[in-house]
Amino acid sequence: MTYSVEVNGVPHTAEPRPGQCLRTYLRERSCFGVKKGCDSGDCGACTVHVDGVPVHSCLYPAVRAGGRAVTTVEGLARDGELHPVQQRFLDAQGFQCGFCTAGFVMTTAALDAGQLADLPQALKGNLCRCTGYRAIEDAVRGVTTVEPACPGRVVGASVAAPAGPEVVTGTARYTLDVDVPDVLHMTLLRSPHAHARVVAIDIADALGVPGVQAVFTHHDAPQRRFSSGRHENPDDDPADTRVLDDVVRHIGQRVAAVVADTEGAAEEGCRRVRVTYEVLPAVTDPEEAMGPDAPLVHGTGNVVGEVHGEVGDVESGFAEAAAVYEGTFHTPRVQHASLETHGAIGWLEPDGSLVVRTSTQVPFLTRRALCDLFDLPPASVRVVAGRVGGGFGGKQEMLVEDVVTLAVLALRRPVRLEFTRAEQFVGATMRHPFTVGVTVGARADGTLTAIQVRAVSDTGAYGNHGSAVMFHAVAESLAVYRCAHKKADGFAVHTHTVPSGAFRGYGLGQVTFAVESAIDELARTLGLDPLAVRERNILRAGDPLVAPAGHDDDLHIASYGLDQCLDVVRAAAAEPVGPVPEGWLVGSGSALSMIATGPPGGHTADAVARLLPDGAIELAVGTAEFGNGTTTVHRQIAADALGTLPERITVRQSDTDLVGHDTGAFGSTGTVVAGRATLRAAHALAAGLRMLAAEHLGVDERECALVVDAVQAGDRQILLKELHQLAGRDVVAHGTFGGTPRSVAFNVQWFRVAVDPGTGEIRILRSVHAADAGRVLNPLQCRGQVEGGVAQALGAAQFEQVRLDGAGRVTTTAFREYRLPAFADVPRTEVHFVDTTDAIGPLGAKSMSESPFNPVAPALANALRDATGIRFTDLPLARDTVWLALDAR
Amino acid sequence: MDLHTVDEWVDARTADAWRPGDAWVAGGTALFSAPGTHLRRLRDLGETGWEPLVEHADGRLEIAATCTVARVAAHPVPLFGQCCRAFLASFKIWNMATVGGNLCAALPAGPMIALTAALDGECLLLAPDGGARTLPVTGFVVGDGRNALREGELLRSITLPAPPARTAFRQASLSTLGRSAALLVGTRAADGTTTVTITAATPRPHRLEFPAPPGAVELREAVEATVEHWFDDLHGHPAWRRHLTLRFAEEIREELT
Repeated sequence: MTYSVEVNGVPHTAEPRPGQCLRTYLRERSCFGVKKGCDSGDCGACTVHVDGVPVHSCLYPAVRAGGRAVTTVEGLARDGELHPVQQRFLDAQGFQCGFCTAGFVMTTAALDAGQLADLPQALKGNLCRCTGYRAIEDAVRGVTTVEPACPGRVVGASVAAPAGPEVVTGTARYTLDVDVPDVLHMTLLRSPHAHARVVAIDIADALGVPGVQAVFTHHDAPQRRFSSGRHENPDDDPADTRVLDDVVRHIGQRVAAVVADTEGAAEEGCRRVRVTYEVLPAVTDPEEAMGPDAPLVHGTGNVVGEVHGEVGDVESGFAEAAAVYEGTFHTPRVQHASLETHGAIGWLEPDGSLVVRTSTQVPFLTRRALCDLFDLPPASVRVVAGRVGGGFGGKQEMLVEDVVTLAVLALRRPVRLEFTRAEQFVGATMRHPFTVGVTVGARADGTLTAIQVRAVSDTGAYGNHGSAVMFHAVAESLAVYRCAHKKADGFAVHTHTVPSGAFRGYGLGQVTFAVESAIDELARTLGLDPLAVRERNILRAGDPLVAPAGHDDDLHIASYGLDQCLDVVRAAAAEPVGPVPEGWLVGSGSALSMIATGPPGGHTADAVARLLPDGAIELAVGTAEFGNGTTTVHRQIAADALGTLPERITVRQSDTDLVGHDTGAFGSTGTVVAGRATLRAAHALAAGLRMLAAEHLGVDERECALVVDAVQAGDRQILLKELHQLAGRDVVAHGTFGGTPRSVAFNVQWFRVAVDPGTGEIRILRSVHAADAGRVLNPLQCRGQVEGGVAQALGAAQFEQVRLDGAGRVTTTAFREYRLPAFADVPRTEVHFVDTTDAIGPLGAKSMSESPFNPVAPALANALRDATGIRFTDLPLARDTVWLALDAR
Repeated sequence: MDLHTVDEWVDARTADAWRPGDAWVAGGTALFSAPGTHLRRLRDLGETGWEPLVEHADGRLEIAATCTVARVAAHPVPLFGQCCRAFLASFKIWNMATVGGNLCAALPAGPMIALTAALDGECLLLAPDGGARTLPVTGFVVGDGRNALREGELLRSITLPAPPARTAFRQASLSTLGRSAALLVGTRAADGTTTVTITAATPRPHRLEFPAPPGAVELREAVEATVEHWFDDLHGHPAWRRHLTLRFAEEIREELT
């Protein structure tokens, strides 16, 4: 019997491979809306309907689809009309990066009334890493939150993300959603040893596998070293990594790359590579790694970066304290778990230039790294990101582009590499695990007298982001309090474990967990309200920013709303407690955090605004869109500057061919840095258009005003497309911003919880988050950033932990072993924006993407302390941990 | 995920002799969820046409190994739905996953194991040579990920005796709707016979039977005497699992007494 499957009404008769899942069969037929998220049935991003029944196509044998009708997200709309569920996801903007959206849409479209009444159960097979699910629930329930844009008042309105229609129809193109003819597939062989020297590699058997084109080893890799961590200043990270090395420093480090006609052949090739290792002593604990006899991860000592500093004299500060609290806090490894894994596809253009399409937050810095590594002129290398399926800092790294480039340059053929979900855990980067010893002292009235921190981070086998994270970790977390005596000692330490890297919050969250827990405990020791102690000691407008390890001169309090944030929380705490299950313990707690609105040392963004022949505007920016919503905000900024509507502006982005430079979409810079460049470019274009119009209308430039599609002067106007004709060329304007000076943003989280002493379950009764984001340019999106940050942080606070065995091997390699918050796990958070306008940020805005994460874990721990009387010092606050502590009382 | 080492998909009804690298595939949700590089050939049970649920005149219920979880979830006895909802996986997986697959995977948290063990299910196993044998569910699932199947043997069905008069269900997880750390089912027959089945908290299911409803101390002692060790993995600390088990057992006893 011949095979035939109907996909969105179109018959396909190509036989699937015997072990093929339906997802890859569909993607091979260009149904790129069907996503690979986990590849193990846990995340639901691949949901399709088979004969009307929703299934996870990553688990569905493609053979079985024979004789059946498959509907993918691409087939949901009928006769050009969106399916009602697709429209609802637009109306509520029920997405951020959008990688999970097709799965949510296909699942929601299949729910019956009973299932709609129990969404936690109905949606437990779909994971979203970005939104925190509030926007998704609104979408499922048909709530409209998006607002129309009015000319001149676009900034400040909750206008829709431009990519929305593509996201909900599955036509948004993520990194690997492209057909590249004759592409070869790369698979990586990874080290089974934590520390070893590669003595020999025999690739003969691997090369004998039919379809294998090449096997690359350290013999083929450049001798030059680089850091996978990318910063504007390359000296921020040690050059300690080779594309393929003859020494492996963690289990999971890549040893060889096999390139073949098919993924199957590449995998088989990997299994046939014979590596002889000389196993070397390894160290997997950072404190041990700091010892005198510890095996060295690299040639020099295991401390890759240190921070030491003191203002005042903490000893005298502790001597004058009425109470001193000392504690040691631990935060585990956490994975970004963006639903799109790392992946890249590279090819050569006919002129010999290299194109790398990759899932990155830093296309320009990746190009810089590739050029340095392979001695290529920048003009002959183009790095481009499609829509990026989530980042959270994990894609401020070069983890795939280097080895793909190696293969493309050697084979002169297109090559693709896509990390498996397991590889994200064993071979990508983690949030730095921290051990933080903190000592705080205060007078009887709660005035802080001294604060001291000793922080040790495990940066793993490579130094990417190690020093910078540590420096940041002990900066704003300590500067946010007025205190005469402050001291910090920080050590970023190598171990033979999977590398840590950049993660939302960049170290601040780990130290904030310790400091905010300690302040809470200190207040309790003194019999004071922890919130009152915070209010007494917080930084105030006009105060200098004092961090023990030094201060960056370009950092100022250019707007101040921390006091208002605390007021929000105080008001919430004063409201009556709702119903509580009988016998459960109730408590509440809060925590605050401060963050600089951009990274130190400069962060450059270029933008180009251009009038097109049809009178539309094109805005080109370097920064990447990965669900952070910057594209929406850039359009809003440009729309108001140009007196037009967002839909008249097309944004092109994250492509090294588009603009001169962009440091990248990290450090919460998408709005405050790239947005300012956009504002400048749009203003310059507006000025240019007014000048042109004035010339042709014969009026003074000051009489000219931009309106939608035209320039007006009194009762006369000239259409923009006419202006383009008159100019005889595209009218182009540039804008740039160097990312300095910088301001600070504030976040305060408050929880009320109930705790079941019989099981250890923590139920969040109420969650309130107050944010000082300056002027909020898009309230709906900014709210989404806060909600998503709180949800991701609740994951880290309650469930998430990348576990290693004694040898340093990651044992949690799938989502069923590494629990991401699902719909049922995330409470609604009431988000309050306080009223400030920043003197530095564009149009008064401040950053608000990393920072909502930071106060969540300590606020939860403080609420748990209030409820139970127990101070929990280690994350995650899992039910078994909580019960064990309660039982041991 | 794609299983690249599989080079053949054959109909189980017509396949030739079992050979190394063969595997039965029912729903496929377990096989396709993890790299199985030992696999060479999949023997498809999808075309067998086995009746998913057969209600016998004497009240026995015969569940084909290929019966989907979705079919079980629709069964009117409340315990069936309660156990289905204890899956970490959602209703979409239920559309594909099978009862037999859940038993064969033999994970401590397998809720079809809990259901069929609690209801005193008997597994019918077919050998490659045409022979057959039966085992109670508690004898079929023998450890974490281990079942009693011999090479080439097939789980054909699970037969449950007529349902008990009353059942009680308790489950807990590290997260709301997460994978079970403890899943207990109690039953009480019209004649007073009472059972408590412990799963998820232990590497394999344990079914405790009492001719009459036990007292609190009797039940607790029976649990402690039966469970040789509490399961320890990332889904829950063993001491917590022991505590939950004893707590739930007592709650079940009170509910059924």
